[in-house]
Amino acid sequence: MKKYIDTGKKDTRSGFGDGLTELGKKNKNVVALCADLTGSLKMDEFKENHPERFFQIGIAEANMIGIAAGMTIGGKIPFTGTFANFSTGRVYDQIRQSVAYSGKNVKICASHAGITLGEDGATHQILEDLGLMKMLPGMTVINTCDYNQTKAATIAIADYEGPVYLRFGRPKVANFTPADQNFQIGKAVQLQEGTDVTIIATGHLVWEALQAAETLNEHGITADVINIHTIKPLDDEAILKSVKKTGCVVTAEEHNFLGGLGESVARVLSTQHPAPQEFVATNDTFGESGTPEQLMDKYGLNASAIVNSVKKVIARK
Amino acid sequence: MADYKALEDLVIQVRRDILRQVHKVNSGHPGGSLGCTEFFVALYNELMERDENFKMDGIGEDLFFLSNGHISPVFYSVLARAGYFPVEELNTFRLLNSRLQGHPTTHEGLPGIRIASGSLGQGISVSIGAALTKKLNKDKHIVYTLCGDGELQEGQNWEAIMYAAGNNVDNLIVTVDLNGQQIDGSTKNVLPLGNLKAKFEAFGWDVMDIEKGNDLKAILTGMKKAKEKTGNGKPVCVLLHTVMGNGVDFMMHTHDWHGKAPNDEQLADALSQNPATLGDY
Ligand SMILES: Cc1ncc(C[n+]2csc(CCOP(=O)(O)OP(=O)(O)O)c2C)c(N)n1
Ligand SMILES: [Mg+2]
Repeated sequence: MKKYIDTGKKDTRSGFGDGLTELGKKNKNVVALCADLTGSLKMDEFKENHPERFFQIGIAEANMIGIAAGMTIGGKIPFTGTFANFSTGRVYDQIRQSVAYSGKNVKICASHAGITLGEDGATHQILEDLGLMKMLPGMTVINTCDYNQTKAATIAIADYEGPVYLRFGRPKVANFTPADQNFQIGKAVQLQEGTDVTIIATGHLVWEALQAAETLNEHGITADVINIHTIKPLDDEAILKSVKKTGCVVTAEEHNFLGGLGESVARVLSTQHPAPQEFVATNDTFGESGTPEQLMDKYGLNASAIVNSVKKVIARK
Repeated sequence: MADYKALEDLVIQVRRDILRQVHKVNSGHPGGSLGCTEFFVALYNELMERDENFKMDGIGEDLFFLSNGHISPVFYSVLARAGYFPVEELNTFRLLNSRLQGHPTTHEGLPGIRIASGSLGQGISVSIGAALTKKLNKDKHIVYTLCGDGELQEGQNWEAIMYAAGNNVDNLIVTVDLNGQQIDGSTKNVLPLGNLKAKFEAFGWDVMDIEKGNDLKAILTGMKKAKEKTGNGKPVCVLLHTVMGNGVDFMMHTHDWHGKAPNDEQLADALSQNPATLGDY
């Protein structure tokens, strides 16, 4: 079994901020827009380094998306930054018409996604954004798992031509993927090799999946653990290859089971290789206030929830 | 005549409640809450005609909607101290399984809350809806709303502002918490609001200023005047000039305390500036 070391807890949003700082230095076309959340999105350094390429839009997210779409005309690469809720649901039609349908090269960068936003509560905790974004034709949807991966993804999406939704979070979490990783959009990352079950996880649940795999290993169950950072386009091949071997799958995400990663995986399997699947996800509910750990526990989004789902799905083989 | 001593005592107690709520969970929004404390105390204790028993439909009483939901600490304290729910429940602010969510919600059934807020810019629209229903119900009562000044950068406000004037929604008083601050800095530096009075007037509203927005007497006089302006064909806007963080010297006149809790030492300092009056929860 491979060992993954947490090199020190860091927030994924800082990965975004540091990635943006690096991009600012090496790509003159990168511009950044923010809607009165510069500190929360860790965009301060980019702002300081490149005041002429930083645009404070005010608390006006719809306007921000429209301005970003316009800035692509003439060759700029706009990165918009606000919380995931205000990056998606708040501005859905603006993204739909001015960005996705118009095929504009806007990078919608969304922090504080999911329930780990914590104490602010349900008004700010979106658990529906992956669904909203993946339904838009032509939209690339990425949900990174740690600081290093978020930084790498931020840098990588600048070189990709087309609209991207990049989702990350607020809390400090384990940082365990390589600092020098080559982030490839649409390419799954195999983290563990096993034969009894496939665990496909995204975002903060990837680390939990690794912890779950360790526990399972102690019980004689070996798991394929796959980090799906790109939910769209989905790496069908990697999923099929693994499930053909293991015969069952657990998907894990900090999102509603409706519309999330799990449903995307289910579509691949049901059409090409039907297999039992269990979902670790929120159960069609809003969140609430609490600490991130309390909420992950209450809503069944941690390693122990994954272990339970694995036992369930193996019994269904 | 209002009993100013009693109201002043309540103001100080509410400040303590705000500070203690956010300190306990090391999160929440003290700055805007402290700046609006006098307004909330005046509204719930002198201005609104309200039923002591909370009913969601609010028929036959004045209604209040908080659009800038992040200042929930002041809202919760004033609601509790007005008897909507036990004051001890302030202890559960932002904790798991609490009715006192980070931002006000109806989802957990907290008495006194009629709509969720937190995502900014939606409260004026909701208030217009409630005001229209009052008209349909031949209910003569008023709908009050509070929104932030930074919040007015959201475009939906201006759709609502246009609608209310164009449709003579004159049983509505929208108060703007004009503290000149938001998260990233002053409203001037983030996105200037320009001449708000002229803007509201150009949209067809009856607009007035309360220059001393942290002075109970000025608030009561001003808001009573605002109430007299209702029923005359125009929606009413009150520009309430407040100081963010009012009542705690090191929190005043800055955006730094928009969404940051004091540490133990800072709490002690802040509380010593506001000695208990009615008793802590
Ligand atoms: C739609 C939306 N965008 C962004 C935020 C994040 N946010 C919370 S409060 C705030 C600043 C609000 O400024 P203002 O209305 O002036 O309130 P004050 O800081 O004075 O309390 C922002 C940007 C939000 N809650 N909702
Ligand atoms: Mg303000």
